[in-house]
Amino acid sequence: MDTVINLFCAAVLAGTPLLFGTLGEILTEKSGNLNLGVEGMMFMGAIAGLAGAYFYEQIFTVPSGIVAAIIAVVFSFLCGVLGALIYSFLTVTLRSNQNVTGLALTIFGTGFGNFFGDVLAGRAPSGYAAVGAEIKSVFQGIKIPFLSDIPYIGKLFFSYNFLVYVGVIIAVLMHFFLNKTRAGLNLRAVGEDPAAADAAGINVTKYKYLATCIGGGICGIGGMYVSMVICSGVWVFNCVGGIGWIAVALVIFATWSPSRALLGSLIFGGLSIMRLYVPLGIPIQIYDIFPYLATVIVLIATGIRQSKEHSIPKSTGLNYFREDR
Amino acid sequence: MSRLFHHSPREGREPLIRMVKRPQIPWAKANLIRAAALLGALLAGALIILLLGHNPLAVYADMLEGSFGSKVSRTETVKIAVPLLGASLCVALAFKMKFWNIGAEGQIMMGAIAASYFALFHHQNMPSWLLLTVMCLAGIIAGGLWGLIPAVFNAKWGINETLFTLMLNYIAIGFEKYLQNGPWKENPNGFPKIAMFAAEARLPRVFGVHVGWIIMLALVVIVFIYMKRTKQGYEISVVGESKNTALYAGMNVKKIIIRTMFISGAIAGLVGFIQVSGADFSLTESTSGGVGFTAITVAWLSKLNPIIMVFVSAFLAILQKGSNRIQTDFKIPASAASVLTGIILFFMLGCEFFINYRLIFRGRKEKRNGYSN
Repeated sequence: MDTVINLFCAAVLAGTPLLFGTLGEILTEKSGNLNLGVEGMMFMGAIAGLAGAYFYEQIFTVPSGIVAAIIAVVFSFLCGVLGALIYSFLTVTLRSNQNVTGLALTIFGTGFGNFFGDVLAGRAPSGYAAVGAEIKSVFQGIKIPFLSDIPYIGKLFFSYNFLVYVGVIIAVLMHFFLNKTRAGLNLRAVGEDPAAADAAGINVTKYKYLATCIGGGICGIGGMYVSMVICSGVWVFNCVGGIGWIAVALVIFATWSPSRALLGSLIFGGLSIMRLYVPLGIPIQIYDIFPYLATVIVLIATGIRQSKEHSIPKSTGLNYFREDR
Repeated sequence: MSRLFHHSPREGREPLIRMVKRPQIPWAKANLIRAAALLGALLAGALIILLLGHNPLAVYADMLEGSFGSKVSRTETVKIAVPLLGASLCVALAFKMKFWNIGAEGQIMMGAIAASYFALFHHQNMPSWLLLTVMCLAGIIAGGLWGLIPAVFNAKWGINETLFTLMLNYIAIGFEKYLQNGPWKENPNGFPKIAMFAAEARLPRVFGVHVGWIIMLALVVIVFIYMKRTKQGYEISVVGESKNTALYAGMNVKKIIIRTMFISGAIAGLVGFIQVSGADFSLTESTSGGVGFTAITVAWLSKLNPIIMVFVSAFLAILQKGSNRIQTDFKIPASAASVLTGIILFFMLGCEFFINYRLIFRGRKEKRNGYSN
């Protein structure tokens, strides 16, 4: 029983950065933009969040953990938005190819994170960029009086760091937004058929920009989770290291649904740490392939069945030029 | 009627800026715009260097010095450029067909694994020339087959190839890690690495660099001729322009997709072979080392022209080699290469717009030609 609970908790913690990346990319792809820059935007968020908290700590001698947490969230979100804004400007306004622009963003963002991370570490007196214990503790698990003490339930639901709950709330809100609100339905229309949406009076450019930029910001928070929670507030070279790409895979696995993204990131998070808990006699490296194999199978299955409900928004990857018909 | 084409159709007022497709732009002017974009990117990079408190000119000069200054640095630069060029040729063939092969990374890895199999386990059974030939063929076939999988699924069921090829990268790299940690591990109780290749399995050198650079330059010419001068190359570009046109013309589109992706993957497999037998003399998880991704941008910047790819991949190799130098000389992190590459890509991607479109500001008289409204 304890092993199962520990596995579940570890899966939640490992799955949360994936959840943020996946949710950000789902929102982006719903507007018809395939942004392959998730990895880059996560790197940008990772360094921005850490740097924000770090400088806050340097400037104020008595740092408040909660303020530091807010700064980290806001900075990482804004830096993710910055990356996505470059992408949107190039693909939506300047009409450049989405695949290439996304890859360029990954190259740029990965460099951006590692570059400024190294600069930050190089200029710190100790030789590495780390936040103090006060700030670090905000990113550890919470303790709610009474609730966290309930046996099993407390550990299963009320023991995580605050970002886990933020991620779940974003997923729920996004599900509601995409399915129940006028703006959400408009966004989906833009992603399915921008020409039809345009003819119906929807401002395609605005929706594409907003969805891509907010999506990028959410990816940025996911990157900050890596630097602040997984690496406990210390800059580690190449810390994001492929999580963004798994998130791109997870979007397919979740068949573009925020609620299934919750389940998907739990499963992928579980797969990534399962080898520590459930020895099946399979080599570790084969475990690591599972998420990608599962994604390929989902990709093939949804493609062959051609289910409209569970497939990629139709215009994804294609730019919309009103003048081209 | 013309209001329909404006970006914000408000009260009949003309928008501040609107864009019109250019009918044709002189070659020189297009390249002038590109040169201006490159300059802009270098200036943006210089700004970052300046903010860090260094002299941008000195840093750029040091980068050039670091990648060209000595014989050693020149051979290192060429060694970086060779796989990049090869991978660019691989993706260019697929891109010409509008098939988004972002799986060069995995195709390189599968080629490298297949070539390594013979280098590790059959090097004592044959003479060097035969061993290298077998390794080369194994790499080509393995890379080609790895490229074939997404092509078949795309041709038969329309499965999205961008995401499929992306996933196959990680499966290939995971497979390599498995081999490295398991069956192919050199010392069962030691550090997980694969043994260095025997001397017979190593490519000879010409002018200080492994012979791979000659193979690549030859391949540039072959791919150029294949794309521009053969029936198959023509078929690729027709499918890329419009699948329906290709169908009406009686082409077997599925066959063309599958065949082209086999060739594309095969080139990547060849790169894998060259990397293990020429550059690293062993198989590691970083054998493909991201060139599959960088190559996509090289191919795109070169407009899928193999000849231009030689220069673009050389340029990116200079950036990368030069960044290692400025890390030692100026304590600027070597990741500067990625930042600078990213900025250059952004500028180059953005400038294409100004080559294809013309901006018209409100109140300016526009020339009446067939393209304006």
